[in-house]
Amino acid sequence: MRTRFFLLISIAVAAGVFFGARLVNNDYVFFAGYTILQFIVLATAWNILGGYTGYVNFGSAAFFAMGAYSTVFFHKAFPMPIPILIAIGGVVSGVVGFGMGYLTLRLRGAFFAIATLALAVVLQTLVVNWDYVGGSRGAYIIRPNDIAWIGPYIQYLFLLMLALVVISITIARWIERSQLGYGFATIRDDELAAEASGVPTLKLKLVATTISGALMGMAGAPFPYYIGYLQPSSAFGLEYAVNSIAMPMIGGTTSWIGPLIGAILLGSLQQIATVTISSAVNLLIVGLLLVAFVIIAPNGIVGLVQGWMRRREK
Amino acid sequence: MAGALLEVAGLSKRFGGFVALDGIDLAVTAGERVGLIGPNGSGKSTFVNCICGTLTNETGTVRFDGELVNGLLTHERTRRGMARSFQLPRPFATLTVADNLRVPLLYTVNARPGASLSAAELDARCAELLQLVALADKATKLPRDLTQVEMRKLELARAMAAEPKLLIADESMAGLSQSEVDDIVNLLIRLNERGITIILIEHIMRAVMKFSQRLVVLVSGKKIADGMPADVIREPEVERAYLGQ
Amino acid sequence: MGFSFDLVINALIAGILLGGFYAAVTIGVSISFGILDIVNIAHPAFIILGSYIAYIVNTRLGIDPIVISVVMLPVFYLLGAGIYQVYYESFEKHGQDALRGLSFFFGLLFVTEVMLILVFGVDYRYVEAPYIGPSWRLGVMDFPLRMLVPCLAALAMFGVLQMILSYTFIGRAISAVAQDQLALRLMGASPTRIKRIAFGISIATTAVAGALLIIIQPVEPSVGREYIGRVFAICVLGGLGSLPGTVIAAMLLGIIESFTATFYGPSWAPAVAFGVLLLTLAFRPAGLLGR
Repeated sequence: MRTRFFLLISIAVAAGVFFGARLVNNDYVFFAGYTILQFIVLATAWNILGGYTGYVNFGSAAFFAMGAYSTVFFHKAFPMPIPILIAIGGVVSGVVGFGMGYLTLRLRGAFFAIATLALAVVLQTLVVNWDYVGGSRGAYIIRPNDIAWIGPYIQYLFLLMLALVVISITIARWIERSQLGYGFATIRDDELAAEASGVPTLKLKLVATTISGALMGMAGAPFPYYIGYLQPSSAFGLEYAVNSIAMPMIGGTTSWIGPLIGAILLGSLQQIATVTISSAVNLLIVGLLLVAFVIIAPNGIVGLVQGWMRRREK
Repeated sequence: MAGALLEVAGLSKRFGGFVALDGIDLAVTAGERVGLIGPNGSGKSTFVNCICGTLTNETGTVRFDGELVNGLLTHERTRRGMARSFQLPRPFATLTVADNLRVPLLYTVNARPGASLSAAELDARCAELLQLVALADKATKLPRDLTQVEMRKLELARAMAAEPKLLIADESMAGLSQSEVDDIVNLLIRLNERGITIILIEHIMRAVMKFSQRLVVLVSGKKIADGMPADVIREPEVERAYLGQ
Repeated sequence: MGFSFDLVINALIAGILLGGFYAAVTIGVSISFGILDIVNIAHPAFIILGSYIAYIVNTRLGIDPIVISVVMLPVFYLLGAGIYQVYYESFEKHGQDALRGLSFFFGLLFVTEVMLILVFGVDYRYVEAPYIGPSWRLGVMDFPLRMLVPCLAALAMFGVLQMILSYTFIGRAISAVAQDQLALRLMGASPTRIKRIAFGISIATTAVAGALLIIIQPVEPSVGREYIGRVFAICVLGGLGSLPGTVIAAMLLGIIESFTATFYGPSWAPAVAFGVLLLTLAFRPAGLLGR
């Protein structure tokens, strides 16, 4: 299926989701749905680097939060419509992703992973010390109640996030089928042999890091409007780091479908758990599922399905 | 030295306190068939790694086709015409056999200035390579479904796919039967006749003697012999260090 | 704020004492990452676990935290050996890519932190001991005992480990397993068993490091994450696989952090380790004493 065709189908499905949600006539659907859509983008973004090239990013929260905080910064300095803020968030996080990659990707994958973890802590420290964006006290963003053409503001945010979902899965799928996808796979499989075969591994890894970071930043940009009051502890929250890894690993890392499945399943599970049990327990469940899947089903749900289909063929 | 495709001068490599290569000089003219032998641990693979850029040598220069390649990354050297196979096969495990060959076609052959192969041409070259190493029927299989011998052939085919000027084959024949060894030697000679310079690193003496126009011997990181094969194997140092075991 | 001699000398002392403690925290990773090549980013989680165990026993029974940690050494050792066995069966044996192993340890880190939050909540916990509070004064120099005692304990632990690695068969086998597994096998030692013992030792050190941590500062579950950057920064700066390098690097980091805290404010301290890590990776990836 050609990418253009896929894009059209995705847009159609997204439109269907949006109008279907409006039929339900309950704002909660939009609030909960926004979170799940956000996770689809984060999981897909993570997978472009982690699943395709094998370089693990533990600091997804940092890229997400940078998108959120660039929105806070511009909201105070020079108010702009959200789509532009999304683009800015993408650029900021993309540049940081590129910079960090440039410093650490020439060494082993393990060092990159550790650096991403430390990056999250450092950026959080910087933000906590930066009063202009609220520091540790946090920043308020007054969100309008309604918006023209659509109605309740949350539906507008939901629509924007739907657009980001369509963009990110289209990009992920396009990469998979392109020459770039081959290059990424060789880096994951055997970086030394990839170099010997002519693959410019550093350049490709930088491309992956930049795209991945940019998408995460774009997912974070509308967040202050969604939540109304942004604190460093919520922007850099633990749930972003673990979910962006758990969702692709559980869904399956070799295809764009994996993060989608993982995000929808785990996202919904967590929404239910948060409401019924507690938010800490729901994170615990995610962590345990991650460890279990990594040990038992390393190729995720997609891998299990593929294995089952292969066995049926025989 | 005029006409030298590969010129290595004073190459040294250390790992901490251990000297793996000690001042190696080697000149290979275009079109030559060079055999490189030496006991296990003598530094042959380290030598290949340094030439190709996988490892960085401490001293010495490597010139390829007249150009100093010392600072270049491995993929840049591959694009300039150097290809190598790995001693222990390193296939791309999640790609099919055919796709394994497609990678160097896409990233090396099609990345050279002026190249613009169409998808059909790439497929054709891929199929041709598979035929050459008798892996055509395994095109859609994954590397883990191949036998050890087939993996070695894939490894060699992947190096050939880069359409190099210089091909370094690192122990591609380990574990092959006599007739399979002959097949590979004949294949390499045919490639050489097409103009590809080949350095063959091997332990199977029969293959080395049949193939090489020139024989180089490496022992404990030093080059101890470099000349006509028939002369080299009669040198006392070579007999003592390598053949007399 | 002037550069008064008092301030400088005391920042230096605080830095050295802190560095000693950092060495205790990092030594386990020096073994698991430097020698075994296992990226155990869950290491700080075990330290926090050690802190909480010290907290419970100290609060209930009033026993000194360091004594508690020594008693817990065998328990943590077994925990480490068990985790290595799972890691080996699931990943190392099959030569799995690093992604799975990293995710496994990340999962462990995460699960440990969340479980501690569920059981203990996010309040800060601290222990009581006679040396927490008083300081030893020597002229203008101030040695807070709650930092001095952990530093000394850390150096003692380092000394014991260095002796084990240099003078016992197991210790030398551990040093060797990074370099030549074949030779080990020929000597009749199973590399897997050696690695399991080494990883067990690595986790055992966290029992002690955890007790030292809660002596130095109050602890809550997310404190572990601050230490990931520090631990790996020290490992890389010191040179992977070099225990003395780890101690020196730890002291250096402690001093840099202490000066930063004194002259720029304590809230910048977490950023220092990352800065050090990045600089080291960019300019001297082999570290100060690395192979």
